[in-house]
Amino acid sequence: MMTVAAARLLENGAICFVGIGLPSAAANLARATHAPEVVLIYESGPIGTKPEVLPLSIGDGELAETADTVVSTPEIFRYYLQGGRIDVGFLGAAQLDRFGNINTTVIGDYAAPRVRLPGAGGAPEIAACAGEVLIILRQSPRALVERLDFITSAGHLEGGDWRARAGLPGKGPTAVITDLGILRPEPGTQELVLTSVHPGATRSEAEAATGWPLRIAADCGETPAPRPHELAALRDLHERTARAHSAA
Amino acid sequence: MAELTTLKEAVEYLIHDGDTVAMEGFTHLIPQAAGHEVMRAGKRDLVAVRMTPDLIYDQLIGMGCVRKLVFSWGGNPGVGSLHRFRDAVENGWPSALEIEERSHADLANAYVAGASGLPFAVLRGYVGCDLPKHGAPIKSVTCPFTGEALAAVPAVRPDVAVIHAQHADRKGNVLMWGIVGVQKEAVLAAKRAIVTVEEIVEALQPGANAVVLPHWVIDAVCLVPGGCHPSYAQGYSRRDNVFYKAWEPISRERERFSEWMERHVLSTENFADYRRSVAAEQVQEAAGA
Repeated sequence: MMTVAAARLLENGAICFVGIGLPSAAANLARATHAPEVVLIYESGPIGTKPEVLPLSIGDGELAETADTVVSTPEIFRYYLQGGRIDVGFLGAAQLDRFGNINTTVIGDYAAPRVRLPGAGGAPEIAACAGEVLIILRQSPRALVERLDFITSAGHLEGGDWRARAGLPGKGPTAVITDLGILRPEPGTQELVLTSVHPGATRSEAEAATGWPLRIAADCGETPAPRPHELAALRDLHERTARAHSAA
Repeated sequence: MAELTTLKEAVEYLIHDGDTVAMEGFTHLIPQAAGHEVMRAGKRDLVAVRMTPDLIYDQLIGMGCVRKLVFSWGGNPGVGSLHRFRDAVENGWPSALEIEERSHADLANAYVAGASGLPFAVLRGYVGCDLPKHGAPIKSVTCPFTGEALAAVPAVRPDVAVIHAQHADRKGNVLMWGIVGVQKEAVLAAKRAIVTVEEIVEALQPGANAVVLPHWVIDAVCLVPGGCHPSYAQGYSRRDNVFYKAWEPISRERERFSEWMERHVLSTENFADYRRSVAAEQVQEAAGA
């Protein structure tokens, strides 16, 4: 449901800078269903890539072979991202706070971390420069936390009009898609509130899986159930991928 | 001026203890064979620069070759952690590892600045990010024309750049295509450059998206077919995703990692020998299973 709900938020024709893992699955599901014209860009350089199977890494050969073009890493970040050509940045997160700030660096103290995570990659500048940012992650009190151990990529930082004051070009996070529902920033405060609950999940489950007192939007509804063609497309994608990655 | 030489000689003469070394290749064309040769030669105290440390630096760190790591994303792509990197950061094994952590956009810009002979690069980045608070050399500059505050980051200027490419000709001109990452910038930013290649050809035939590096910006060209495995060379091989997954259990524990490296890397003569050693073990395991 999480992947389907996330895929639906990607508009046909959008120029999307895609992170690896869950974002990549959702973006390719969108391309296989309602958004055949979506332009997928991966930070390794492929632009307009149309992979048949989900890449394990951000730079699998499949991405380059099916791309409209492949550009260098400096070009991707300088001309396409910083140049303001990206509509949507699609990111994952290890930890997220109520203002959509992301931690992918460390759990615990930076100098003596309990868990050393991979780090920033392209995310800080994607979060800053993309027209808007979609974030996909599984919901738990350890993932959606009151306070981040480290801010890797700023969403709305301290909330309110921080982004405008900081002079950031993009709108920042506009939706967080989890396995339980969808959170969106409340206009004005920019605090993430629950705006949709997936079928089978409940509001109280979502509250319990959030490390801050999660507020529920007045118009919070239920996410429409996955439709047969969406499930079929997702199943096909995963089956093709599993076959491709297990073959030596 | 490029010399066609063995990888062993190139590493021996061009990489010195304490050097700043950039072994680049964004998922594609990672110079893994050169990494092994650095371990066999027992190089020490390296400052290792790489956007995505990947398995190549996980191994160099675990083998104690690296004093400091400059990087922007340190995971096993699509699989999980780089355990040797994490063990060094979290527990100081096999020795303490200094880290300088930056973002992809930063390092990409920093290589461009290095190749351009500039001391620093400017980017719209790091706004609200905690990295500048933790020792990363990230400052702010004000645009003299608009007054906008922008991030300033030091150029990357390695002593040695090491890359893998598809083709070289006999003069040492190098051709690469596909995902070309920051390799051109890394070579042009560095004082010395080593390139391993899939094939030596009579004449380069550059096609779309191809990068050609002239022989006079390169010091050594070494023929090492498959020298980027488990990464890949477009037109020659596919990314060995099965090996990337297999690296997870090999690298998780110190003892198994050390034993594996000793058996397959330190006890082998070169990359072809290493590949045979790993393949023989896989056959044995398959038979035993």
